[in-house]
Amino acid sequence: MKFIIFIGLCFYSLADLKAQGYKTVTAEVEFFSSAPVEDIKADNHAVTGLFNAQTGSLAFLVPIQAFRFPKSLMQEHFNEKFMESQKYPEATFEGKLTRFDPSKSGVQNAVAEGNLMIHGITNKTRISGNIIFKGDQIIMEAVFPVKLEDHEIQIPQILFYNIAEEVEVTANFVFEEIKK
Amino acid sequence: MMDRFLIISLLITLPFIPARGQENLLDQLKTENVTEWKSPNSTFKAIRLINGHTVETRNKGNLEFLISHRFGRINSGAYQFFGMDQANMRLGLDYSVEDWLTLGIGRNSFNKRYDGFAKVSLYRQGKGKIRLPFSVVWLSNMSIHTIRRPEMPMNLQRRLNYAHQILIASRINQMASLQLMPTYIHRNLVREREENNGLFALGVGISHKITQSLHFNVEYYHRFSQPNNEYMHPISIGVDIETGGHVFQLHLTNAQEMTETGFIPSTTGVFFSGDIHFGFNITRNFQLKKTK
Repeated sequence: MKFIIFIGLCFYSLADLKAQGYKTVTAEVEFFSSAPVEDIKADNHAVTGLFNAQTGSLAFLVPIQAFRFPKSLMQEHFNEKFMESQKYPEATFEGKLTRFDPSKSGVQNAVAEGNLMIHGITNKTRISGNIIFKGDQIIMEAVFPVKLEDHEIQIPQILFYNIAEEVEVTANFVFEEIKK
Repeated sequence: MMDRFLIISLLITLPFIPARGQENLLDQLKTENVTEWKSPNSTFKAIRLINGHTVETRNKGNLEFLISHRFGRINSGAYQFFGMDQANMRLGLDYSVEDWLTLGIGRNSFNKRYDGFAKVSLYRQGKGKIRLPFSVVWLSNMSIHTIRRPEMPMNLQRRLNYAHQILIASRINQMASLQLMPTYIHRNLVREREENNGLFALGVGISHKITQSLHFNVEYYHRFSQPNNEYMHPISIGVDIETGGHVFQLHLTNAQEMTETGFIPSTTGVFFSGDIHFGFNITRNFQLKKTK
């Protein structure tokens, strides 16, 4: 009987070992909006992410106020008028990555499915992108559109420059295994 | 018996371990990211409240062009088209040399006055190690009026005026901002013998959000250490309309001048008897240097 308990405990510790946790070491989210007056582009280097290579679960946290714009007033308007970042300080993604094989190296196509929360509004999304297993590192790349309307982001009518109804988001993440 | 219970419980809980791990990922990130973003993006919409400055300064490399008008008195009647026939204006340029330093120049048609100032942002609300709930800006302004006064032997010294201010402002919440402006003015030449050259004043400013792009403002300066004379405390109300890059400010004020050395010591209009000037400021922002 003691032996069976011992086996059971082994499984427990094995389950813990198999949970391969990865954390972002460098992460960048960029968005691009093509508008008639001028193109608007901003990037964010304060993004963090966690990935479990075994189960495929994936989570990202994007602090909105960390987006950097080439023009400082644009940054202020982005935070105050569009994203209301004092009220909704972060955007998040939580979901599962499927269609990838962790044993293969090289570029693979994968699909992330889950909940994307921007401006306090959560939507189910499917994002397809690339995953690269490169030594100790996992690299993820994706380009996907976000509709402002889907997240109830309003464009103030009075603004002289107009943001496109749909912005293009580029995400680049480099993960490394969490060392215990 | 106890052993069997242990095994069963182990086997039952085993499949849930990875599942539990997956659900916690986002919470885990949230607990790791305890970065607080307490500092407001802006305290006021524009770099001027109405006549005077706000604590707002633009970031390095921003040039702001200001066009300001004050029309005549509204109670001057239909013949003067309620003041619209007379106008005095100020053209100004504010340039942010550094994030913390803004230099500005201006030309006023009233008294043909030139003004120049240095505006130093000492502390931003919620920034740095000690997080204070207000911003502090130091402003020093000098002006020279070049209007010809043949009745007086005028020299350069007599034409100079100085204003020094500490602007203390707090963005109280999403809706409202409050500003206090302790001010010292020195005029090298005053109109009457009994008047002091130095003058202390305390200003109060309020800005309240109406809609996302529309704010309501009040500005009042209370003058101290002055004997009874004809001069009034400048009081102004107005709105800011922000359009991204431009701010349109429309206001009603009893002051005619648009620089501290002018409107604080020598406002003559009695606001509540209708000596009110309609006016506007238009600011246009140009970013000359990219950030990063």
